Amino acid sequence: MSSHAATIAAAGHIAPGTAGAADAGRLVLLRDLKLAFRRPGQLIQPLAFFAIVTTLFPLAVSPELSRLRAVAPGVLWVAALLASLLALESLFRDDAYDGTLEQYALSGQPLTWLVFAKTATHWLLTGLPLALLAPLAALSLGAPPQSLGAIVICVGVGTVALSLIGSVGAALTLGIRRSGVLLALLTLPLSLPVLIFGARATELAMRGESFVAPLELLGALAVLGVTLAPLAAAAGVRISLE
Amino acid sequence: MNWRWFHRLGSPPYVYALARRLTPWFGWLSGLSMLAGLYGALLVAPADYQQGEGFRIIYVHAPTAWMSLMVYTTMAAAAAVGLIWRMKVAHAVAASCAPVGASFTFAALATGSLYGAPMWGTWWQWDPRLTSELILLFLYLGYMGLRGSIDDPQRADRASAVLAVVGVVNVPIIHYSVTWWNSLHQAPTVMRFGKPAMPGSMLAPLLIMLLAFTLFFAALLLVRLRAEILNRERTASWIPEVLKS
Amino acid sequence: MPHESLEAENLHLWRGEQHVLNGVGFALPRGTCLHVAGANGSGKTTLLRTVCGLLYAESGRVLWDGQDVQADLAAFHSRLIYIGHEPPLKPDLSALENLSYWVGVRRRVGRALLGAALERVGAIACADRPVRTLSAGQKRRVALAALSLLAAPLWLLDEPTTNLDSEGQGLVGTLIEEQLARGGLVLAATHQELPVARERLRRLELAA
Repeated sequence: MSSHAATIAAAGHIAPGTAGAADAGRLVLLRDLKLAFRRPGQLIQPLAFFAIVTTLFPLAVSPELSRLRAVAPGVLWVAALLASLLALESLFRDDAYDGTLEQYALSGQPLTWLVFAKTATHWLLTGLPLALLAPLAALSLGAPPQSLGAIVICVGVGTVALSLIGSVGAALTLGIRRSGVLLALLTLPLSLPVLIFGARATELAMRGESFVAPLELLGALAVLGVTLAPLAAAAGVRISLE
Repeated sequence: MNWRWFHRLGSPPYVYALARRLTPWFGWLSGLSMLAGLYGALLVAPADYQQGEGFRIIYVHAPTAWMSLMVYTTMAAAAAVGLIWRMKVAHAVAASCAPVGASFTFAALATGSLYGAPMWGTWWQWDPRLTSELILLFLYLGYMGLRGSIDDPQRADRASAVLAVVGVVNVPIIHYSVTWWNSLHQAPTVMRFGKPAMPGSMLAPLLIMLLAFTLFFAALLLVRLRAEILNRERTASWIPEVLKS
Repeated sequence: MPHESLEAENLHLWRGEQHVLNGVGFALPRGTCLHVAGANGSGKTTLLRTVCGLLYAESGRVLWDGQDVQADLAAFHSRLIYIGHEPPLKPDLSALENLSYWVGVRRRVGRALLGAALERVGAIACADRPVRTLSAGQKRRVALAALSLLAAPLWLLDEPTTNLDSEGQGLVGTLIEEQLARGGLVLAATHQELPVARERLRRLELAA
């Protein structure tokens, strides 16, 4: 046995250098990021879906930019909502399948915090790219170039709320076969306020008017989500482990 | 404070027997008050000077809309009790509420459409109240869908309970956002249940119908609850005794 | 070392209509290993998960150090490690990466110690290969490495010797013996025999 291995054998009676909650959260985030980048193809999928859905509207409605401009905020948000939904399915699924989620629940670290870390990573991998892609889609639908920065902000804040709301549905539908449609059915009604405020903010931004009021409401939803959604999602995770 | 009554309510055989005793009371009372309310609604209350006789459908629409919300709240409260105190009976109550609440919501939507059609000229308008009712229907369907998709009964109970609690927190938010959205676009709003503005002869039948529907819901709930308890406890030892009597 | 002991009192648990745990109880002083035996479906996994607190027993309780674990579940969890049927490894990460995250969430460990642990369990060759390319036996060895690194006083192992060759099974026995010598406790559910010395082994037979 090497000297290192002997150290391991004796490690039992050394008081373990326990990792704090902050360390644990950071590791969850890093692990999820690393895993996501090992399969970059899967990262692109929600973005490609978003792009394709926004393309559907000019084809289905009219190629005239003046007409598209009128519906652009709605189209952008519906597409972002659906793309978020698609990505939500895999928020907890892999971890539940290979037993990682169980280890999180048994780690002695607050499960709510770990679930929040996972949701935050999910937003970094889905919501943030969507927010950065939204201006391109908006341009293709006739949005004025001056509004693009505002669109990034609106979609960015809105997708934070969407990721949080969706995490609850994702936790509750763990282990259900073909849960995609059910997840959508559960999450969409709860996401309607985000859709309403987000679309309104985008519409005002595109018209060049002040969009602060709906953006504040959107922000309030995001804050409410940060405080309450991880609790509900952690409860859902624990229930799925029973 | 003596919490024994609360703990007794956690016992399925006790609740079953209680439900059995109470059902005929609620049934008869709801039937009588429904008759009284309908009499008042159809015969006593004067026709609205603007809307004519068609306005009378409000006497069904308003109570069903109110009940759809009340049932959801009851369902969420029962679900929360079941989650916190791990009471099987509470989960059975929540499960029994859902289809009844969904039916009330559907009825509210249908009667709302009938109520508004003569004024709008179309069968549907995105009125904030109707839109909120529609979203409530989706919440009910989601709840029932989740229950139906999970095989393990305890897990189904607990997962749907979390969903119900999350839903009830969201209902005011959704209602506020829909009202906000509607005020921006000035769509026609006809759902004014002018409470203080209504003369007594119009208001009284409305309140009686509301009472009638509440009693009706209670009766329905008790019947469904008994069936739900029988189903959940079918292997328990107290069942054969009860079925014989 | 604190006098840690594990007790279970009169555990009852139903899964649907099945009365899976029917008044199960045991007392495990420090330095002993409980072999939970029984046929398939007798509730071995259920018992382990109930002791962990993942499952909720309708009646009865679990005591750690004389205290009901439900009073402070997080503290209890920090004193135990549970490894289920399948080792919780991410297929796209290497063995070393998996260990660093699995252990790191609970305990700060340096890279050298991780490597040494893998060497001890005979899995050092797998260190940098993605876990999906490893055999079931190799995955189980990686899980054993985590056991030795996490240094928890209570081990709950579900079928610890599955997929292991005789050398691997001997390793499990050695690790358990070392844990018991340190005053730790082990609960192992398996329908095979455990390679542990008789005087430190207790047996709990579950009937289906």
